[in-house]
Amino acid sequence: MSKRIEASDLDIYYGKFRAVEQVNMTIEPRTVTALIGPSGCGKSTYLRSLNRMHEVIPGAYVEGKVVMDGEDLYGPGVDPVVVRRHIGMVFQRPNPFPTMSIYDNVIAGVKLNGGRLRKAALDEMVENTLRGANLWEEVKDRLGRPGSSLSGGQQQRLCIARAIATKPAVLLMDEPCSALDPISTLAIEDLMQQLKNDFTIVIVTHNMQQAARVSDKTGFFNIAGTGKPGKLIEFDDTSIIFGNPKEKATEDYVSGRFG
Amino acid sequence: MTTISPPPAEVLEARKSLTQGQLPPWAQWSMVSACLVVGLLIGLTTGFSTALALVLGAVAALVVVPAVSWGVEGVRRAKDRLATLLVTLAFVLALLPLLSLLSTVVDRGRHRFDWKFLTDDMNRVVGEGGGAYHAIIGTLEITAAATIISVPIGVMCAVYLVEYGRGWLARSITLLVDVMTGIPSIVAGLFAFAFFSIFFGSGIRFGIGGAVALSLLMIPVVVRSVEEMLKLVPNELREASYALGVAKWLTVIRVVLRTAAAGIATGVTIAIARVIGETAPLLVIAGMATRTNYDLFDGRMTTLPVYIFNSNANPGARAEFGLERAWAAALTLVLIVLLLNLIARVISRVFALPTR
Amino acid sequence: MTQPAANSGSPSSGSPPGASQGGSSVTEPPNKYVRKKRSPVRLGDRIFSGAAVGAGILILVALAAVAVFLLIEGLPAFTADPSDLPGDQNFWSFVGPLLFGTVFAAVIALLIATPLSIGIALFISHYAPRRLAQGLGYLIDLLAAIPSVVYGLWGIFFLAPHAVPVFRWLEKYLGWLPFFDGPTSATGRTMLTAGLVLAVMILPIMTAVNREVFLQTPRLQEEASLALGATRYEMIRMTVLPFAQSGIVSSSMLGLGRALGETLAVAMVLSATDVVSFDVISSTNSSTIAANIALDFPESSGIRLNALIASGLVLFAVTFFVNYVARAIVNRRREFSGANA
Repeated sequence: MSKRIEASDLDIYYGKFRAVEQVNMTIEPRTVTALIGPSGCGKSTYLRSLNRMHEVIPGAYVEGKVVMDGEDLYGPGVDPVVVRRHIGMVFQRPNPFPTMSIYDNVIAGVKLNGGRLRKAALDEMVENTLRGANLWEEVKDRLGRPGSSLSGGQQQRLCIARAIATKPAVLLMDEPCSALDPISTLAIEDLMQQLKNDFTIVIVTHNMQQAARVSDKTGFFNIAGTGKPGKLIEFDDTSIIFGNPKEKATEDYVSGRFG
Repeated sequence: MTTISPPPAEVLEARKSLTQGQLPPWAQWSMVSACLVVGLLIGLTTGFSTALALVLGAVAALVVVPAVSWGVEGVRRAKDRLATLLVTLAFVLALLPLLSLLSTVVDRGRHRFDWKFLTDDMNRVVGEGGGAYHAIIGTLEITAAATIISVPIGVMCAVYLVEYGRGWLARSITLLVDVMTGIPSIVAGLFAFAFFSIFFGSGIRFGIGGAVALSLLMIPVVVRSVEEMLKLVPNELREASYALGVAKWLTVIRVVLRTAAAGIATGVTIAIARVIGETAPLLVIAGMATRTNYDLFDGRMTTLPVYIFNSNANPGARAEFGLERAWAAALTLVLIVLLLNLIARVISRVFALPTR
Repeated sequence: MTQPAANSGSPSSGSPPGASQGGSSVTEPPNKYVRKKRSPVRLGDRIFSGAAVGAGILILVALAAVAVFLLIEGLPAFTADPSDLPGDQNFWSFVGPLLFGTVFAAVIALLIATPLSIGIALFISHYAPRRLAQGLGYLIDLLAAIPSVVYGLWGIFFLAPHAVPVFRWLEKYLGWLPFFDGPTSATGRTMLTAGLVLAVMILPIMTAVNREVFLQTPRLQEEASLALGATRYEMIRMTVLPFAQSGIVSSSMLGLGRALGETLAVAMVLSATDVVSFDVISSTNSSTIAANIALDFPESSGIRLNALIASGLVLFAVTFFVNYVARAIVNRRREFSGANA
């Protein structure tokens, strides 16, 4: 299920502005990869370029390659809609569809794909997925309530459930815990550890302890100054990045001596 | 804990490869143009009207593109493409009346759109000749009077809503201003008539009555747009001014209103453009005259829209001349309105607040 | 950000800061200084805020005055002797067919304009290239700028003649429907033509409201559906349209209000008689209240004038109600979305 993603010589532009330059990174299947760095360094932009979500902003485009198991995501004739079906995403703030129930939120993606499943199969899928997202016990007797009736942490797990229900190969998470309290954060971190058995996970985080706790590999992004493009400074095993980084900038950042 | 069950077959089906089953990017619009061209060709050869042929071409495109897409890309893509076509078609459909209207007005109006038309009135004109000078004067005077009445009231009301308004009074004024934008113009005219006829008898027709009726239509438009502009003024500016020890009313005048001045000018211009084409209320309260009347407070006064209406309804002994005048007046009016809209855009573009 | 404020504030307040510095160095108690300095300022504030409140209240007064004066001048018609009124009938059977025509024309316009305005608004908000979107919006707004009397001319001389072949076709193939019973009017100046003109005229306001609501759809939700692999249409179905539901309802109500009150275009396009007819392509059409006033007013006097004013009052009441409901819906959702933002 989970797949390898290779970005090579990737430049990301917003119109004329080059936001990120020259990223080379191989993301292995069944791992959690964390992207850290100061605000505005392009880590979220890079993350969104992995499932072509950055194209939602007009004028955004990339140069270079992002290859998933041999197929270039930016190759000619590739439909971004199909890419996003392979690579799911969880956003910074929980965003369940407010007009849908918890149940409908979970199956939203499956329904899109034209899956005319029998009710029983759907029920089973919803239960499995919600169990997979560690949410089943909390919501099993109120599946018909709107998704927005849940707490923030529950909403975020609902969004994760919604993303994994379609069985993507890769799950991108853009600061998934930044709007959550510590207990909900812990729940999501536990969840990531389970999910990595099935998915390739890439997470952007501002929280270095979190990166150290959950990830196998860590990439550090930085910018030289405002208006300059963001760069991938160092990408290595998490233990190395936090224990014995090669670059001075990385060491300064992870030890809190940044700036 | 739980391993995740394999996805349903349909889900796997949907993603064999990233590029499988895709129409090339140019396919959609070339199919559309092909349909339109074929439609035109059939129209030309069989002697259908061009318009009908184009309509048939468009309908064909609505069928062909989704059908091809369904075959190659599946039903989801087909629906998506159909939606794209329908939405684009809706937009094109809306532009058709605009283009047709403007071209008709220019085409029919240019015959009499000359100096004589702009400088003569209709006094003792029965057939050929004559002009709309009196109507242009009437339009300018009545609109100017309406503007003079509406702008201070509208601006102050907006100031109240943004800077002072709290509680039920502000809420109900906001709501009623919105409701007022929907008052039928003829009702505004009837109101002015009912109001003035109580004092002056039911024969009353004068320009200022028209101005009052137009004000009723204009004030809500002014309030709305000024309110929007005042809300755009950042609160930091107000606080900075208070911090300098400036009183609230001076802050509003010298900081808030000045900052929003360009926006207010734009809004007022749009409001003028909105009411300058009003016919119905003036028909009721300002009446119809053939002579130039400069006095707002005495006697009937014609405006351009009423002139157009009347030239069409009573074109005179030789109808073609009356209609020519009606179209020329329509051209004049449309030019004025478009010019006002252009001015409004220019003001808002040139003097725009540097927000973000 | 504070720079311009300091600049524009300084001419007015150049002296107070200087004075306050001087004041603080003097041993006078600060209270006294403040009181002395403030009282004239308070007066200015009071006058200014009074004027602002007055202007606001004037709006309420004006609206009330419209109703009151129409009532005063229209009242005699409600109780008038039928023989004095147009058509020798009592007021309600005079205004009945007009009310029918008013609503009928407006509903036709609404049926045409609602789907179109949703499509146009979606085109501008979610389909057109972002850079073009604003310009395209202006183009649609231009439709609102054209005076209604010009629409009337266009309706008579362009739309009506061009519509006749279409009406013939409708009569031939859909003649079994009461709406297309015929016989087709030779001039094309029919209810359907009037409805078409009205539809074009109410498109801009409906499009503007729809567009605004569509653009308010939370970005996060749109992205959530796109990230699930939704196509653009599916994204709109899942997020934009459910979010915009009440907005679409109220834009339609606003359009309805406009169509009900539109005068000149109908007065000019329609060749009206006082009947109630559902046939939209024949030459016997009901008139509308507004059009009837515009056409009859110059020739009326006495009690007939009162009757026209009374019919205007009926129109005012109907449009007020429709607009009130529409705006109440819009305002409620505005508060709702504001609280969530």
